[in-house]
Amino acid sequence: MLKLIVRRLFYSLITLLIIAVVVFVAVEFLPGDTATAYLGREATPQRLANLRAELGLDRPATERFARWLGDALRGDFGMSLARDKPVVDLIGVRLRNSLLLGLSAALIGIPLALGLGIIAGLTRDRAPDLLISTAALIAMTLPEFVTATFLILVFSISLQLFPAVTVVPANAPILELLPNLVLPIVTLTLIMVAHILRMVRTSVIDVMTSDYVQMATLSGISYRHVVLRHALPNALLPAISITALTIAWLLGGLVIIEVVFNYPGLGTLLLDAIHTRDFPLVQGIALATAGVYVVVNLGADVLTLLLNPRLRTLRTA
Amino acid sequence: MAVVAPASEKPAPIRRRSRLSETWLYMRQSKSGMLGLTILVFHILIALSSPLIVPFDPTEISASLKNLSPSGEHLFGTDQFGRDVFTRVLLGGRIALAITLTATVMAVTWGGTLGILLGFLGGRIDEAVMRVVDALLAAPYILFLLLIVSALGSSNRVLIFTLGFFYGIAVVRVARAATLDFVARDFITAARARGERRMTIVLRELLPNVMDILLVEFAMRWSWMLLAFSSLSFLGFGVSPPTPDWGLMIAESRKALQFAPWTAIFPMIALGTLVIGINLAADAVAKALGLDRTQGAPV
Repeated sequence: MLKLIVRRLFYSLITLLIIAVVVFVAVEFLPGDTATAYLGREATPQRLANLRAELGLDRPATERFARWLGDALRGDFGMSLARDKPVVDLIGVRLRNSLLLGLSAALIGIPLALGLGIIAGLTRDRAPDLLISTAALIAMTLPEFVTATFLILVFSISLQLFPAVTVVPANAPILELLPNLVLPIVTLTLIMVAHILRMVRTSVIDVMTSDYVQMATLSGISYRHVVLRHALPNALLPAISITALTIAWLLGGLVIIEVVFNYPGLGTLLLDAIHTRDFPLVQGIALATAGVYVVVNLGADVLTLLLNPRLRTLRTA
Repeated sequence: MAVVAPASEKPAPIRRRSRLSETWLYMRQSKSGMLGLTILVFHILIALSSPLIVPFDPTEISASLKNLSPSGEHLFGTDQFGRDVFTRVLLGGRIALAITLTATVMAVTWGGTLGILLGFLGGRIDEAVMRVVDALLAAPYILFLLLIVSALGSSNRVLIFTLGFFYGIAVVRVARAATLDFVARDFITAARARGERRMTIVLRELLPNVMDILLVEFAMRWSWMLLAFSSLSFLGFGVSPPTPDWGLMIAESRKALQFAPWTAIFPMIALGTLVIGINLAADAVAKALGLDRTQGAPV
């Protein structure tokens, strides 16, 4: 049991390392380097060379990667170029805002998705299921920015209920952010619910048509009891890891939602960083995002292990 | 014991429908699938014919025609530069469709090939490659797309290769899992026992079986890729202005949402119907092939 968890932890670290390598390599390929980006038009060959020596950019890539990784492990992501502040400080408050958005959506979305998914699964191919499934398909397939723009058109422009774009600064207290959060949360929740409920539905259908549930029904156990005690616990187990994957993936979609609403989260910061060629910042954000991914997935794995006795002894090939 | 059956006992040949027509028959029964297919065909026809039928020049700027609401002359109104929105909506899917289709073919081809080979061969290579695949799948894809596109520019070729590569990673996983499912079956063991060459087993025994799954994969990846492509456009990393493209048009319309909502609404309808159409069709194909779309997160 503990061994399995340690093993998962180890895999997560490997995942993080691979992501770090890929991000580092990708940033290497960006045209120009930190020095050219920093000096901009004032760049002369001499000044470039000086700055590169100062920043250690003249060292081979492997050495720089090792040093960057070492610093990052100690919580030092370097200095932002365009903003002249430590990357950690910049990321901190933005990460809080993004997590606030993501967690609120998850808190509303997951119970909603489970409920709707179970209803759809139990009423397979009948009216409630068709309604829920169709709505889910539409919510799931529309790009985030289309859903978001649609919500803005309806709730900000026609009904004038919520602001269309965030105007408060990034480090505003949470209470001031709240009105700005409504539409982004609704957008994210819609998409999240759609994804998760589809999986829950399939899972519920799988279990309800399985032999042991039919057996239980034929033994005369009441429908309620069959569903609550026999079917659902098994149906919801596989949903956990898929939910985690979906949430992790949706964090990517956060970038777009944040841009649409001009919400001061990690996504908008990332776009700014890419536009201003602020490499240390890009790397820092990438690693922070990857970290959240890995933690969410690890959490789901451990939760599944805890809830599913069968997996505890199973050889994880 | 004689294994050869007497010739007279040979069963009369049953007229079998080809797999394709059988699938089609099933698909015909799905109303939503046919609706999706109709939408899809409609979009493709428009994309193919639009340069011939659009009423205006999509990039012609006119200060006097700014932000006109929809009318007989400008069916979908005009945008902030006075360009005809109807014209731009008709043309706006061409690049997206062309690039994502090409990239999807690429993704399914390389992902499918690698996945089948890994599943068939197994062993250390399989394990090592799958580690990397899993790690890449656990990464925020949009981050990579943004990094690569901003590093190499957003030319069509870069977009095709980047999307084609990243969306193939998930296909590797699916194709491998499907192959593993078949590798242990009796017909593969039989082929091995017959002494078939590995190449033959992969091409003649495995590929036809995995093909169904790859077909569904194709439709799914395509719709996810359309989302990614239009998102990139929306963020300013895809098609560059003034080329008409839905994602870009929606991005540009944001400044004018208050007084010219039609500049957003029509491209949204166009893009929305296309992705929904593909998904409905994909669902129906999956059902017709006997596969349920129990899919994970789009990657």
